[in-house]
Amino acid sequence: MNNPVAGSNVLITGGSRGLGRALGLALARAGARVVLVARHAGELADVVAEIRAAGGEAHAIVADVADKNAAHAIAGQAAAAVGSIDVLVNNASTLGPVPLRLLLDTDCEDLDRALAVNLVGPFRLTKAVAGPMVLRGGGTIVNVTSDAATEAYERWGAYGASKAALEQLGRVWAAELAGTGVRVVNVDPGEMDTRMHADAIPDANRAELADPARVANEIVALLQAEPGPAPGARVAIRTGPSGTEASP
Amino acid sequence: MKPATTYPERRDDVRLLVIDPTAPEAPAGAALRETRTPALPDFLAAGDLLVVNDAATVPASLRGHDDAGNAIEARLIAARGDDRFSAVLLGAGDWHQRTEDRPPPVALPVGARLQFSREPSEGSRTLPRWYAPSKARRLPTRHGTLTAEIAARAPSSPRLVELRFAAGGDALWAALYREGRPVQYSYLAHDLPLWAVQTVYAARPWAFEMPSAGRPLSWEILLALRRKGVRWASLTHAAGLSSTGDPAIDAALPLAERYEIPAATVRAVTETRARGGRVVAVGTTVVRALEGATAKDGGLRPGPGETDLIITPAFRPRVVSGILSGAHAAHESHFSLLAAFAGPDLLTAAAAHAERAGFLTHELGDSMLVLPGALAAAPKTRRSASGNAP
Repeated sequence: MNNPVAGSNVLITGGSRGLGRALGLALARAGARVVLVARHAGELADVVAEIRAAGGEAHAIVADVADKNAAHAIAGQAAAAVGSIDVLVNNASTLGPVPLRLLLDTDCEDLDRALAVNLVGPFRLTKAVAGPMVLRGGGTIVNVTSDAATEAYERWGAYGASKAALEQLGRVWAAELAGTGVRVVNVDPGEMDTRMHADAIPDANRAELADPARVANEIVALLQAEPGPAPGARVAIRTGPSGTEASP
Repeated sequence: MKPATTYPERRDDVRLLVIDPTAPEAPAGAALRETRTPALPDFLAAGDLLVVNDAATVPASLRGHDDAGNAIEARLIAARGDDRFSAVLLGAGDWHQRTEDRPPPVALPVGARLQFSREPSEGSRTLPRWYAPSKARRLPTRHGTLTAEIAARAPSSPRLVELRFAAGGDALWAALYREGRPVQYSYLAHDLPLWAVQTVYAARPWAFEMPSAGRPLSWEILLALRRKGVRWASLTHAAGLSSTGDPAIDAALPLAERYEIPAATVRAVTETRARGGRVVAVGTTVVRALEGATAKDGGLRPGPGETDLIITPAFRPRVVSGILSGAHAAHESHFSLLAAFAGPDLLTAAAAHAERAGFLTHELGDSMLVLPGALAAAPKTRRSASGNAP
């Protein structure tokens, strides 16, 4: 099956900053109608304005994916704005309080919050959005993950556990939806030059971090790839540091 | 029969009464079988087509007041444009009172302004349980008000109005999801959360009450149907309100409702019928859309439309073979539409069975399947109607 991005309807959580913002810009440039979800109305409005100024179509939904009541409100507003959703990008994430702490020092509530945003939020929103995809026989779910899901990095325990569990949701969704035309893929974007990264590792050398815009271009290419990644596959995107000449 | 007062523990595990109008005539029990919804795939066959209404349910009840402070509830009933909806106005009170017992709203002229907002104790303003008080930060302020003015009043009733909202498009939808609640009625035991009025395949928010015949369909059931060779198709139908409490409006229900039928669904219906398969409509709204479109254009065509078709016992469906429906008591108007698919004697027996067996009605209740040949191929091991009667 062909997977054109142009003309498709894409819902991206965490759309006001970092990779989510970059993906919104890249997908709109490729001709998608994008719906961006974030908690902060002001930042989100800026991204929507930027996309529209470039001639793209973008819509904003102010919501917290960790809010139990948000899933159907997000799905409904998105479908009212653009119609049925073709691509859902579960991108919104929280690290929890920074500086990051050892797992034995992590407050229970902070683990809860990481799971609520990074795992349960995507679980609920996917429940609300994937159904009509299955019914229509096509669609893509992208879970944005991290190498902290597979490597045991000190102080990344709560975040890493939430992302490992998200990846497992992705694999099981893929298995259960085999043959329905709905694809599920876990994408690890690598270390990017984003505010989240700066919060976690303030003294990182930014020149060694990937530019989210280039990572976003790789994800757009992945969505268009024919054949795409295997169902439930984990795709690591490594564009190299911002300073290098890796092709977008 | 009593209404279900709360949602079932599992959406897909409620009673199902299968009614087969082609089963041998006597005894009537031979044409009825009581089972539960997970067994639904037993009664369809490879080559059949299940058509669902994929409309998501809008939180269509808005509570507020006019400029003089008089309490008003508006229940949206149809979309009329970017910033406009048709709505029914109710007076003081809320869903706990029967609509017919609610005081009428104060008389409001065209141009009157209404302000709606959700009550403070509800929903998104509650701090999540997982957040310990010491860590409580201010959640983004979500509450506000939604302002509208009465743009027109219907000749049939001053309570049937067109509302023009102060905002349109994305801003209006955000406000509706923030301030609105699902429409619900007095037989329910508690507030309905938004998720409880969605089907598993809900897409565009077009429905003002849940297309509830599809509520018991889980992916477990839908994927089992597909494995069996039953196809699915969808359409979107803007289900309106079933009751308003205003006799003048209720007499005219259902109002004309808009629908959209995808080309893929038209193809699936045409192919299914050409190959002798059965087209099974999930709910009245699907029957109205498919039969309304067929009657109007002389043949089923894809695209948007509007139908005022009312399915009566005299109606002879041209496209739909059978219907999966909520359980209805014999005196309900919904029950009479089943008569388009089965004879009066069989339906009387079915209603009597459902009554005896304690079937629950309305949007969170039990199910009925009326389908020719449903019992011909089904395994005989399940409980028969006569064997299960108390």
